[in-house]
Amino acid sequence: MSIFLYRILGSTGYTLRNRRIVLDQMLEIGVHSLPLVTIVAVFTGAVASWQAAYQLEGVMGGVVSLDYLGAGVSAAILIELSPVLAGIVVAGRVGASIAAELGTMRVTEQIDALESLAIDPVRYLAAPRFVAGWTMMPVLVIYSSFVAHMGAYVVAFLLLDISTTAFFGSVQGHFLVYNVFSGLVKALVFGGGTALIGCSIGFRTAGGAEGVGRATIKAFVYSSAFILVGDYILAMVLF
Amino acid sequence: MIEIKHVKKSFDGKAVLRDVHLTIPKGETIVIIGRSGCGKTVLLKSIIGLITPDGGEILVNGKEITTMDREDLFQIRKKFGMLFQGAALFDSMTVEENIGLALWEHTDLSDDEIRRKVREKLEVVGLYNVEQKKPAELSGGMKKRVGLARALIMDPEFVLYDEPTTGLDPIMADAIITLIVETSRKLDITSIAVTHDLVSASKIGDRIAMLDDGRIIFTGTPKELKSTKDPVVKQFVEGKADSTSL
Repeated sequence: MSIFLYRILGSTGYTLRNRRIVLDQMLEIGVHSLPLVTIVAVFTGAVASWQAAYQLEGVMGGVVSLDYLGAGVSAAILIELSPVLAGIVVAGRVGASIAAELGTMRVTEQIDALESLAIDPVRYLAAPRFVAGWTMMPVLVIYSSFVAHMGAYVVAFLLLDISTTAFFGSVQGHFLVYNVFSGLVKALVFGGGTALIGCSIGFRTAGGAEGVGRATIKAFVYSSAFILVGDYILAMVLF
Repeated sequence: MIEIKHVKKSFDGKAVLRDVHLTIPKGETIVIIGRSGCGKTVLLKSIIGLITPDGGEILVNGKEITTMDREDLFQIRKKFGMLFQGAALFDSMTVEENIGLALWEHTDLSDDEIRRKVREKLEVVGLYNVEQKKPAELSGGMKKRVGLARALIMDPEFVLYDEPTTGLDPIMADAIITLIVETSRKLDITSIAVTHDLVSASKIGDRIAMLDDGRIIFTGTPKELKSTKDPVVKQFVEGKADSTSL
């Protein structure tokens, strides 16, 4: 995997020159993930808001005021919920799809055909996907954080009787740039890692249609595990 | 010229190529025949460096390719074109993009110039007005023709054909054979084809080599192949099964 990453990074110059291929992948990884990320983010924010209210009032008996709900939910969204859940969405949608696409290309000799044309498949196929995953994931996380805040606010306003001023005042009052920074660091690691895992598994696919199926599942499982374990390690390092 | 010297290759402990020795002079069209699974495609892919042999040497115009670094190997590959068994066209690209890709990657030609060259090569293989079609819209024979056009786009010195007629009806197979013979002659290309189809082999090859049990056990003209006394080669030519055939 590290040799693979080294070869991808060595292709950066080529990748930047062939922007069209990277833009295609950015569209696929970023823009086409928006509907699923939106659904996940809205309901993640909504349930976070509802659960936070239950914990503050039901479990803690109102020791901490609901005025702090916005701050607590916002920190959870920025630090953990958005990077991890958007990461899992991308692992399921993009990591698996990269492995399936490249795996199919491998078993149908399309990758051999690229090599026979003296085109390095790592440079032509893997590097643009890595760059797109690496750059689009932070964008998805920023978007997901915004949507999740909106989901949380709607529940707070409509169901918990928390005013707009109280909710966003709480968010603003306890906002830390470092929370956003840590979420973006996670996004960079998760995006690059997911694309790298998908490409690496896709390139090593063998065994026809069955092999492609196995590669797809493997890419999702490994990417998800990478995100969850990586999240724990990054939490230890960043906080 | 391509020289294959004592090449060996095993997969999971099973020897596929044991000691392959073969020389292909410039301009020759050689067909390597043998039973299914005898290692013909492995040998073909070794010649272009897609598979690295476990031992032996492969020299292309005197340069040893099995120990070359990737960048040098990519330079050598620019001298080659390869037609894959299933054509191996890039699904996501149009016919024009499939054929022109190598030019877009390796030359400074303008888009118009590349499109003109793509049209030229499509005419060579007898296809017209298919530039904007996707591979899924083409028949098996058309895919092979597009694959051949792609193999020829860089005006290669060597062209490798992996089972060029497999999966085609007899008429389309004959059309592809004629195309291979004509392009090899017209463009003075050194061609290596692998097949288990003796009809194709006899029509395409100036010389035929038979691969069996990981070794080249026969080389000769199509005429010499038909009159051989070697029992293994004779059995293959006559298509007779025995107790070891299953």
